[in-house]
Amino acid sequence: MDKFTLDAGGVYYRQLNERIREAVAAGNTDIELINVRGQRYIADALDGELNFKIVGVPGQDLGAFMRGPKIHVEGNAQDGVGNTMDDGEIVIDGLAGDVLGYAMRGGRIMVRGDVGYRVGIHMKAYMEKVPVVVIGGKAGDFLGEYMAGGAIILLGMFTGKPDAPIAGRSLGTGMHGGVIYVRGGVPVEQLGPHLKTEAADDADMETLTRHITAFADSFGLNAKEILSVPFVRVKPFSHRPYGNLYVAA
Amino acid sequence: MKAPLRYYDYEKDISGCGIFGVIDKKRNLIKGDMPIAAMTCMHDRGNGLGGGFAAYGIYPDMADLYAFHVMSSSQSALDRAEEMIKAHFEVHESQPIPTRKTLAIKSPPLMWRFFLSVKETRPRWRSLSEEDYVVATLMDINKSSGGAYVFSSGKNMGAFKGVGFPEDIAEFFRLDEYAAYIWTGHNRFPTNTPGWWGGAHPFTLLNWSIVHNGEISSYGINRRYLCMHDYECTLMTDTEVVAYLLDLLIRKHGLSRRMASWVFAPPFWDEIARMSEQDKQAFTALRMVYGPAMLNGPFAILVGDGKSLMGLNDRIKLRPLLVAESGDRVFMSSEESAVRDVCPELDKVWMPKAGEPVIVELEA
Repeated sequence: MDKFTLDAGGVYYRQLNERIREAVAAGNTDIELINVRGQRYIADALDGELNFKIVGVPGQDLGAFMRGPKIHVEGNAQDGVGNTMDDGEIVIDGLAGDVLGYAMRGGRIMVRGDVGYRVGIHMKAYMEKVPVVVIGGKAGDFLGEYMAGGAIILLGMFTGKPDAPIAGRSLGTGMHGGVIYVRGGVPVEQLGPHLKTEAADDADMETLTRHITAFADSFGLNAKEILSVPFVRVKPFSHRPYGNLYVAA
Repeated sequence: MKAPLRYYDYEKDISGCGIFGVIDKKRNLIKGDMPIAAMTCMHDRGNGLGGGFAAYGIYPDMADLYAFHVMSSSQSALDRAEEMIKAHFEVHESQPIPTRKTLAIKSPPLMWRFFLSVKETRPRWRSLSEEDYVVATLMDINKSSGGAYVFSSGKNMGAFKGVGFPEDIAEFFRLDEYAAYIWTGHNRFPTNTPGWWGGAHPFTLLNWSIVHNGEISSYGINRRYLCMHDYECTLMTDTEVVAYLLDLLIRKHGLSRRMASWVFAPPFWDEIARMSEQDKQAFTALRMVYGPAMLNGPFAILVGDGKSLMGLNDRIKLRPLLVAESGDRVFMSSEESAVRDVCPELDKVWMPKAGEPVIVELEA
C-alpha cells in the first residue's frame, strides 16, 4: 500500500489516535503524521510491522507499550517516549524530554541529541528481550536509575550543553541489572552510591559496535569516529543493592 | 488543538499543571492570542478547575499607579474592600474588570479594579516603606473583608484568573484585547487544595507574579516563616508562599534572583562538600539562614516582575520545563508543542538544569 498521510494540525489527540488505528486496521503500514503539536499517546500499544514518520512535536508517551512498529521523529520529542515499550524502534532526530524508555522491556530507542532526566529508569530484560537506548547527546540526572536489564549507551557528542557533565548526578542509582556504557568516561561523583566505571571489554565492544553502527546509519554519521574513543561501563555492584536496607545485616 | 465539545464525556486523563511564559526583550507588545493559543495546546494538562494569566505592560496610561484587581463573592464584601482601599489610597479610577459572558464560566465572583496611589497622610503604618504599606493593606483586605481578595497589585501589570480552563478564563476576561511584553499562563490540575477562584494561578504581590506546576510540600514551614515577616496566606494554595517569598528575599532582603533560586533549590550537601572553602561557607550560611524558605517538593515555576522572566525547577527536576528562543522573544513552557504552536521556527531549544534558573531581562 502507498504511504498514508494524516494531517494532525488542530486535531485533538483522541481523534488523531482513532484515525491512526483506523488506518492500521485498513491495512496501511507506512504512515506519515504531519503538523503534530503535542498530541499524546501516538502509536501506543500498536503491534506488528508498521512504519511511522512524525513531523512536528509528538506529545507525552509516544510509542508506549508498543510492540514492533518503527517511529521516526523529524524534530524533538517530549516526555515519556517509549514508556514500557515492548519491541520496535524509535528514532528521534532532535532532543527528547524526561523519563524516556521508562520500564522499557524490548526494542531500541535512538536520540541524536540531549535527553532529560530519569531516562531508562526501571529498564528490564528477559531472555531474548533486551531493550537498548542510544543517546547521542548528554543526559540529565538519574540515568538508568533502578535499572534491571538492557543497555543504555551515552555518547555525549551531539549536545547543546557543551559545559555540562556527560550525565547528571545519581547515574545508575540502585541498578541491579543491565549495563550503562559511556563514551570517554564519566566523573565518579555523577555515579550513584557504590558504583564505579570500568573499561568496556571485547564482548561490550561487540554490542556497542552493533548499536552504534545502527545509530550512525540512522543519522548519517560516521560509526568509526564515534567508536574511536574508549568506552567505560557501569554495572550493578550487587544483584540486590538494597537487600539489607530494612533488615539487620 | 482545542478540545472537542463535551470533552467531559471522554475518560479521565492523567495530568499535571501546564505553564507557559513569553518575554519580548525589546518590550514589543505581544497580543493575548499568543499565550492563549499556547495554553490551549496544553489543555489536557489541567482539568478545568483553574486557569489564569499575568500580563505586563497592559496599563501604560496608568503606569505609575498600583492596579488592584479584586474578586469578591458578594457585593457587601466588595463594598468593605472598597472602603478599606479608600481609607488607605487615593483612588484615580474604579471600574469593573471587563468580562464577557461565556458558557464555560459559571457563577464567577464580582471583578473590580482600582488604580491607586498611596495617600499622602496615611491612616496607619506611617513608618513603613511605600511597598510595605501596599502589602500590609492588601493583606488586611484579604484577611478581614469577609470574601474579597486583592489578587493583583502591581503597576502596569495585571493577573486574570479563575475556575475554568485557561482558554475559557481568557475568553471571560477578554484577554484577546490586551497586549503585553511579558505573559505567563497557567492550566491547573488541583491536587491538595480546593479548585476555587482565589486558588487559581498566577499568584501575585506588587509586581511579582508566579505560575507553578507541582506541589510545595514545605508549605507549612514556608507559611509560618512568612507569617513572622508579616505576610499572611489567605488563598489556600501552596503556590501563594512563593510569591511572598520572592518579595521577602529579593525586594526586602536584597538577594539577587540567582541567590533566591539557591534558597528555593539549594545545592545538595555532597555538592557543597566539594566546593571551595569560601563557597562552602556561603552556601552553608544560605541554607542555615533561609532553611524555612527552601521549597521542598516538585516544582517548575515561572516568575514575572515587569523587568524579567525567570524559570526555575526543583533541584531534582520533578516537573518539565523547556526554554526556547526566537529573535527577541524567549519562551518557557511545560511542553515544546505549545511553543511550536505559536512560533514554529525557533533559534534555540533546551531544557534547563534542575535548580538552575533561567533569567531573561529586558534590554529596552
